[in-house]
Amino acid sequence: MAHQLVTANRLVDGEVVYLTHSGAWSERLQDAAIDDDQTRQAQLLALGEAAERTLAVVEAYLMPVELRDGKVSPVTQRERIRALGPTIRVDLGKQAAAGA
Amino acid sequence: MVLIRSDGARAYDPWTALADEVPVPPSGDIVVTLERWQAQREELAEHPGRLGLRLRAEQLAEAVGGDIASFSLIALEFPKFSDGRPYSTARLLRERYGFTGELRAVGHVLQDQFLFMERCGFDAFQVEDEETAGAWARSIEEIGVFYQPAGDARHPVGRLRHGAARSSLVG
Amino acid sequence: MYRYDEFDQALVDQRVTQFRGQVARRLTGEVAENEFKPLRLMNGLYLQLHAYMLRVAIPYGTLDARQMRALAAIARRYDRGYGHFTTRQNLQYNWIKLEETPDLLADLAEVQMHAIQTSGNCIRNVTADHYAGVAADEVEDPRIYSEIVRQWSTLHPEFSFLPRKFKIAVTGAARDRAAIAVHDIGLRLRRNLKGEIGFEVMVGGGLGRTPVIGKTIREFLPRAHLLSYLEAILRVYNQLGRRDNIYKARLKILVNQTGAPAFAEMVEREWQTIKDGALALPREEIERIKAYFAGPAYETIAEPVAAFDARLLSDDAFALWVKTNVARHKVPGYAIVNISLKATNETPGDASAAQMDAIADLAERYSHGEIRVTHEQNLVLPYVRKADAAALWEGLRAHGLATPNIGLISDIIACPGLDYCNLANARSIPVAQRVSRRFADLRRQHEIGDIKVKISGCINACGHHHVGHIGLLGVDKKGEEFYQITLGGSADENAAIGKILGPAFSYDEVVDALEEVVSTYLTLREADETFNASVARLGLQPFKERLYGAH
Repeated sequence: MAHQLVTANRLVDGEVVYLTHSGAWSERLQDAAIDDDQTRQAQLLALGEAAERTLAVVEAYLMPVELRDGKVSPVTQRERIRALGPTIRVDLGKQAAAGA
Repeated sequence: MVLIRSDGARAYDPWTALADEVPVPPSGDIVVTLERWQAQREELAEHPGRLGLRLRAEQLAEAVGGDIASFSLIALEFPKFSDGRPYSTARLLRERYGFTGELRAVGHVLQDQFLFMERCGFDAFQVEDEETAGAWARSIEEIGVFYQPAGDARHPVGRLRHGAARSSLVG
Repeated sequence: MYRYDEFDQALVDQRVTQFRGQVARRLTGEVAENEFKPLRLMNGLYLQLHAYMLRVAIPYGTLDARQMRALAAIARRYDRGYGHFTTRQNLQYNWIKLEETPDLLADLAEVQMHAIQTSGNCIRNVTADHYAGVAADEVEDPRIYSEIVRQWSTLHPEFSFLPRKFKIAVTGAARDRAAIAVHDIGLRLRRNLKGEIGFEVMVGGGLGRTPVIGKTIREFLPRAHLLSYLEAILRVYNQLGRRDNIYKARLKILVNQTGAPAFAEMVEREWQTIKDGALALPREEIERIKAYFAGPAYETIAEPVAAFDARLLSDDAFALWVKTNVARHKVPGYAIVNISLKATNETPGDASAAQMDAIADLAERYSHGEIRVTHEQNLVLPYVRKADAAALWEGLRAHGLATPNIGLISDIIACPGLDYCNLANARSIPVAQRVSRRFADLRRQHEIGDIKVKISGCINACGHHHVGHIGLLGVDKKGEEFYQITLGGSADENAAIGKILGPAFSYDEVVDALEEVVSTYLTLREADETFNASVARLGLQPFKERLYGAH
């Protein structure tokens, strides 16, 4: 069973965010709540969709990830780019903030 | 459901929607579907009360244009606010076929479309809630410049521009 | 260029207030996202991969220095210090916050700009030839009519909820620099036998999932009837365009389905009933708008311009730049200067705020303050005296804006792609950069000659790959980026949709594959054949063999 997490965009500024265990949204992929159980994944998604109604975020969805040595990695190129920033401007996006 | 007119005022709705399978009542203002009208034209024409017609978005003005004299009300349905067909139907009913009765927007009618609808000839709007109804005045007043002629009486900019030029010549 | 009067200004100001209210209602939850989305789209605001993206309208690609400075200021204040010029002559900002957008729009309104109808299922920016008003082969300046159509289409109450987006382009010359054949409506200014000016009208062109070349439904439409005829087309489309499937909702699908003659017939029938009504364009109104596009007070300058010619002879670098980036002007002593936004290792079409400011200064100094945006993601200074060309060149060079590659292989059109765009399957920009680096040698570029490489990151084809001489379409194969190559496309008056060469190439292989295509051309071309001429003569076979071998 694949690991998934819930991601969305923050309503006010479009920033990519990840749903954490506490129900808060973090800008950092590594803070995300990850689960490999389908039922709990559905619960996470429901939390994400509830957050759409409380105006925190838009377009919440489940996203598959890999876990390696405790580090979370996106599986697709698209999610890698969402998590980091544009590949051709490493001075922009999350990758820049992280000092990557 | 709240019905408002094009002055934003709440209106009482005397009309009854007549489902296709329900027999025509002896009196009263009834709204029928296009299918019903086409099937029972003679009987409905005899109806002592007023007749209204409700069109779905895919039922275009051409289908009823010749019959508008029979109707005091035509309701055009917006199945989704994004379905823009009723705007054309409305304009054609007003401007091509000369419909002078109540032209009512029903279905998914949002405050952000009021001005477009009114400009196309709608003069009654059935909305979901009081909140939407209350937004009428603001929505209608929000934009005061109109670049193109439509079904309404508002002067498009062209008229104002050339009018102004003429009056400055006269003055 | 067109100057706002109090009515135009009032409209953009009111629009800002309206949108401010809509954003406020969104942020309090009074309106849900599904109802808000079309409202923000009709103000050009998309939700992209990293943030909101705002598409600012640059009507028919014309702006002045003051407006360019405002775009630079906005880039600094609300974004990350740069913007992207698009294939529809607009500008995009990639890092916008929803809550700041009303203020941003207010700043735009102060310089007579807006983002109205740059997205959504409505009539979009009416584009035009970027050499409008200064090209020798022009019948009349197409921007006159782009402006007239712009006004008519803005907040049109009947056509704000079309089945899908609607794009109109106008060219003033037989040589089509506006890609009219791949627009929903393409208008070509022409004269009839009596010498009267009117339009050839094409409909149903478009790119995307199902690329189609437009069909001419009217050979000659008198100018006076422009708006009524357009209204007839839009009304037929609004009523009959498909609403059940967004991939089948464009006008091209309807025209294809009914057949162009039958479609023309429907338009004609509608048009006959409205042509002499309120939409008839009086001669005075055309002349009134035309006056705005009269151009600057040109000096009378004798050719040849000695300083210019001397510099050409003495300065190879200058000569190389003139060869590709400077085009002939209709007025003696003047030149059309192209500003390349395709420097190696930069993002095609991007300009930093500092570059925008520099361009504004140079435009003021050397081009009567006017700038154009091309649909190939470059800029133009339309009114440059040849005597000033060298000084201008030095000014451009200082800001990385003088890459001498207009029309060459490194002058690549690339959509933002997966680096920015929510819709993308693959990245475009780094592929463009790698192609540019591979062919960095200018001598080699000149050996290859005129060639248009266009890259799209997905089937929506915002990079116009279908009409590239070499087109690259990014696709997703099991989470990996692959690129399909097409050959022989063209967006000019000999419009053609490129043909697929074969199976797609990986991100790592595609530049090699493209180089193989170019080498094949160089090997097999006859005399001075351009790339597309060779492809037309040879067909795809030699290229297939080279790329895919005997398989």
